[in-house]
Amino acid sequence: MQTGAGFFGSSIGKKIVMAITGILLVGFVTVHMIGNLQLYLPAHEGVYALDTYGEFLRTLLHGSGIWIARATLLTAAILHIWAAWGLTLMNRAARPVAYQNQAYVASTFASRWMRVSGVVVLIFIIVHLLHLTVGNLLPGFEQGKVFHNVVTGFQVPWVSAFYILAMVFFATHLHHGIWSMLQTLGLSHPRYNGLRHGLATLLTIVVIGGNISFPIAVLTGFVR
Amino acid sequence: MSAEKTLNLTLKVWRQKNAASEGGFETYAAPGVSTDMSFLEMLDVVNEGLITQGAEPIAFDHDCREGICGTCSMVINGRPHGPKERTTACQLHVRSFKDGDTISIEPWRAKAFPVRKDLVVDRSAFDRIIAAGGFISAPTGSAQDANALPIPKENADLAMDAAACIGCGACVAVCPNASAMLFVSAKISQLALLPQGQPERYIRVRDMVAQMDAEEFGSCTNHGECETACPKGISLENIARMNRDYLKASLIYRPKVATGGAG
Ligand code: HEM
Ligand code: FES
Repeated sequence: MQTGAGFFGSSIGKKIVMAITGILLVGFVTVHMIGNLQLYLPAHEGVYALDTYGEFLRTLLHGSGIWIARATLLTAAILHIWAAWGLTLMNRAARPVAYQNQAYVASTFASRWMRVSGVVVLIFIIVHLLHLTVGNLLPGFEQGKVFHNVVTGFQVPWVSAFYILAMVFFATHLHHGIWSMLQTLGLSHPRYNGLRHGLATLLTIVVIGGNISFPIAVLTGFVR
Repeated sequence: MSAEKTLNLTLKVWRQKNAASEGGFETYAAPGVSTDMSFLEMLDVVNEGLITQGAEPIAFDHDCREGICGTCSMVINGRPHGPKERTTACQLHVRSFKDGDTISIEPWRAKAFPVRKDLVVDRSAFDRIIAAGGFISAPTGSAQDANALPIPKENADLAMDAAACIGCGACVAVCPNASAMLFVSAKISQLALLPQGQPERYIRVRDMVAQMDAEEFGSCTNHGECETACPKGISLENIARMNRDYLKASLIYRPKVATGGAG
């Protein structure tokens, strides 16, 4: 029982894995959204800021930067899902007979739907990569022409609708997840506990608000 | 306090002959029960009626009936210990209900708390978690002078708050994951906050969490239901403390090696 390997097999160990990978993923989505705000910058001598930014990312550290980032994110995502899966099985098994009558007062839609919102996020990530990284979701994709690909993509109504819907689910996942991750890592103190929900709300609004603004800006013709 | 009244209630109670049998809900009338009765007294009256009819009375656990032993486990209208905050089932009164109410009564539902009969569940999993580390190893002999060990007032208060846990299992019962983390964290915190708990602090958290997992409780996803259902108001802050201690315990863990006669 007292072996070092017990950590990853334990409930709290898996929760900590989920929280630490969660920090990485939250950090990523925040930076990702901020980078994409360059969609709103005007073209400079016919070159879009977003295209220059994409070029910068692809050539960072002689092209190895993006692969380091991809490997880190993929590892984080796999560990996150691995832990979520293990804990979900454990939690299902812990209550084999359901209540006939159960009244919840503290839990939220977001907290009870983490698995569903997580799966929606996973599907979103796959579609999003096919759309703007691999480029085989829609015809007319041009490698390196990031601005063009984003704008022509979001001009297709179902693509925009899918992004917006996925972001609504993602908002619930983030909002519970950020708070949950702080609690899981033991960051609790009465003086700062109010700030935990504040931070979760702020980050969720910033990330999701920014992300949702892109398809809306294209659909309304504000960016074209 | 309002004057005594009588209510006519209908009870939908989980009946199960033994651990192996199926079980299901039975409906009983509880006419003319006094609002001054406790919830358990009301069940006593219903049971008397059942006994005079020659039927099997409803089995339920109870002991102190004053909110300190944590025995009276039952889910009343979907809430462990019923609708009143910080109140055990034995301290709940019939006046918390309205005339004509139908009240559902179910046992705690968790793999780790198997139903033995009707509303009675086996909560010995909690005892095994305590036995795994929820104690301090103190030498016998004469007692130390009082106050010989300085303890910050704040820690003493927080430890007392954690020690208010009566081990009733409402946190497990209400948790959508049937997680025991509020209970375990209270039992860890009451010792981790005091100097006497320090020597075994990090072994304790590892051992108790390992036993908690072995008993097949679920894991916390931070819904916060436990805190609201706890009749003693145990705070979620204890779970954060346990997580912190568990992380530290895992990081500083050293496999046992015997050197120089130390083994
Ligand atoms: C970019 C993608 C994602 C981010 C940023 C993210 C973030 C987070 C964070 C921060 C937590 C809190 C960890 C804790 O409980 O302490 C969390 C929890 C969780 N995540 Fe994710 N996640 C992502 C994707 C996913 C995916 C794809 C799945 C599912 C297959 C998933 C399922 C879960 C589950 C089940 C929890 C536990 C929920 C709970 O605490 O109730 N997540 N996530
Ligand atoms: S019977 Fe002791 S707490 Fe209810």
